[in-house]
Amino acid sequence: MKNRGFSLLLALVLIGSLVVGCGESNTIKIGTIQSISGSVSTYGIQTRDAIKMAVEEINAQGGVLGKQIELIVEDDEASPDKTTNAFKKLVAKDKVVAVIGALISKCTLAITQEAQAKKVVLITPTSTNDTVTDAGDYIFMSCYNDSFQGQVGAKFAWETMKAKNAAILYDITNDYSKGLTENFKAKFEALGGTVVAAESYSAGEKDFNAQLTKIKATRPDILFIPDYYNTVSLIAKQVRNQGINITMLGADGWDEITNNAGDEVLGSFYCNHYSPFSDDQDVQTFVQKYTQKYNMTPNALAALGYDSTYILLKAIERAGSTDPEMIKAALMETDDKFVTGNIRFNEQRRPIKSAVMLKIVKGADGNLDTVYAGTVNP
Amino acid sequence: MGELRFSHYSFSAMQRGETMGALQEFLQQMVNGVALGSIYALIALGYTMIYGIIKLINFAHGDILMLGAFAGFFVLVAATVTPLTFIASFLVAMLICALIGIIIERTCYKPLRNAPRINALITAIGVSMFLENGARVIPQIGPNPRQFPTFLNVNYDFAGVGISRIQAIVFLVSIALMIVLNITVNYTKIGKAMRAVSYDRGAALLMGINVNKIISFTFAIGSALAAAAGILFASAYPQVEPYMGIMPGLKAFVAAVLGGIGSIPGAMIGGFIMGIAETLTKGFISSQLADAIAFGILIIILVVKPSGIMGRNVSEKV
Repeated sequence: MKNRGFSLLLALVLIGSLVVGCGESNTIKIGTIQSISGSVSTYGIQTRDAIKMAVEEINAQGGVLGKQIELIVEDDEASPDKTTNAFKKLVAKDKVVAVIGALISKCTLAITQEAQAKKVVLITPTSTNDTVTDAGDYIFMSCYNDSFQGQVGAKFAWETMKAKNAAILYDITNDYSKGLTENFKAKFEALGGTVVAAESYSAGEKDFNAQLTKIKATRPDILFIPDYYNTVSLIAKQVRNQGINITMLGADGWDEITNNAGDEVLGSFYCNHYSPFSDDQDVQTFVQKYTQKYNMTPNALAALGYDSTYILLKAIERAGSTDPEMIKAALMETDDKFVTGNIRFNEQRRPIKSAVMLKIVKGADGNLDTVYAGTVNP
Repeated sequence: MGELRFSHYSFSAMQRGETMGALQEFLQQMVNGVALGSIYALIALGYTMIYGIIKLINFAHGDILMLGAFAGFFVLVAATVTPLTFIASFLVAMLICALIGIIIERTCYKPLRNAPRINALITAIGVSMFLENGARVIPQIGPNPRQFPTFLNVNYDFAGVGISRIQAIVFLVSIALMIVLNITVNYTKIGKAMRAVSYDRGAALLMGINVNKIISFTFAIGSALAAAAGILFASAYPQVEPYMGIMPGLKAFVAAVLGGIGSIPGAMIGGFIMGIAETLTKGFISSQLADAIAFGILIIILVVKPSGIMGRNVSEKV
């Protein structure tokens, strides 16, 4: 009985492999893992759409190495377990050449070891955690990392906002939030400021009143909240309900906050990868194409997704092969101007680029909007 | 406009804030804890009532809270937020959830009423998952968090201790609902019937009480309270999503057990203890230990008094 079950399974596997084997066609398969539903879905949807747009553009121009690109999209719901499953599916079942993803740092960190072990080129468009590329030479990132981003926030708080005392409220269960907190604190203290309170919470918590009461008692000049827009909007409301009227400061996780929060975030600042209002030619072309296609202004993560697709596909073209070893080597030779700036990878496979600061204001139509508030260079 | 009013309040608070000492900070944390605790208490009431009547831990209770929050969300999105629409959102959500509660009881729990208790418990978990994932699939709700419309931020200042308008609303509405519930259970005919069914279902049936009707009524009240708690929770923490009921549901369940499951005053006390313990731990010890200490209190109380603070000691008949 047991034997028959086993042979049946074996037969199925063999038939399955035959079917898959027949699928070797004249397309190059690229996988992407994005958080299309769940807590950061706005990011996932826009990043996916931008990647799709880039792939369509390249296919319209004849594809890469004379083959069309086939994009396979997986949703991880912003949960690391699901990222791992999606990655295994892309590699084992779809046999993709490379993977673009994941979206958020803790999801990406769940698959970097495996990507390195399986020798699959992984390029994350948006995960800024410092340790993302540590797993090995198959892992790339096309955004700046958190040590830079945390320093940008600290520098802006000290130099532009003239803050002396800063408070931080961060998610201790999130690599992104923790990384930013450490880097902000180190830089702010190095500049001469004092971090008067660093309070934490765990992912999924909704009541921050206790931490905010503690923060209020330390009388800080600014409050740094390194988390994603959905949590930030919850925190911001409680900040104002507690009667704390200080400026809030954030990082690229705040992108899209203007569509997901109320007036309580007015006057806050956050740093981002690009500003859609920049007069740069590449930015304008991208914004125009994206707006035309999807009827909305692309956020920074969309721009990064678009860039990663071009970085990867140009590298495959240069490599002249879909061999991961060759793609990896070709990626290291990247030196081009993209939407989010000039990109060259350093030995840690991270790009060196500048950040823009945005301020949240009330737009002419009465809705929240952002304005450019300065650029911080590395 | 809200911004202006708000800055006025915080300015006066800041001026006096010079003297914001340890006492004020403690009182402020107590205010935070009581506001949180009153929501837990309201949810715990639903758990405890249903357990009291049919000895079932209704794990779908937190998800009814989520449905109630969404019902309120749709009312408040359709109309602007005014005191009148806020009250309307409560009525609509409580009515819808009462109906859902009755339907769930009739379709899922009633057929299992004489089955072993574990079967009904597993069914409750199934109903919970059905509601969560069902909500994810329905396009009107969907998997992504949405902003819950709320009143403008206003912070009232009492000698350096701030109470926000939403905290005041949460507290007052919860207390009002608890009083109404107490009157219903203790001083009305249907309340008397509920107590009778809870005490001995067989004997109640023999006395001519329509047990099915009473059980349906209990589910309706429990679910309506969950709906009210859902709107209060969503007003205090203005975000609605399909999984929003899980954590408050779990904490309230612990509160119900802590207070003595089956006991209505116990659920209220348990809710306040949970809310205050959680907030004080976050405020004075460490936010990482908040849940550990809250659940630690549960363990201590269950060791000292296994039936919970207000629970009756039921001696086994041999």
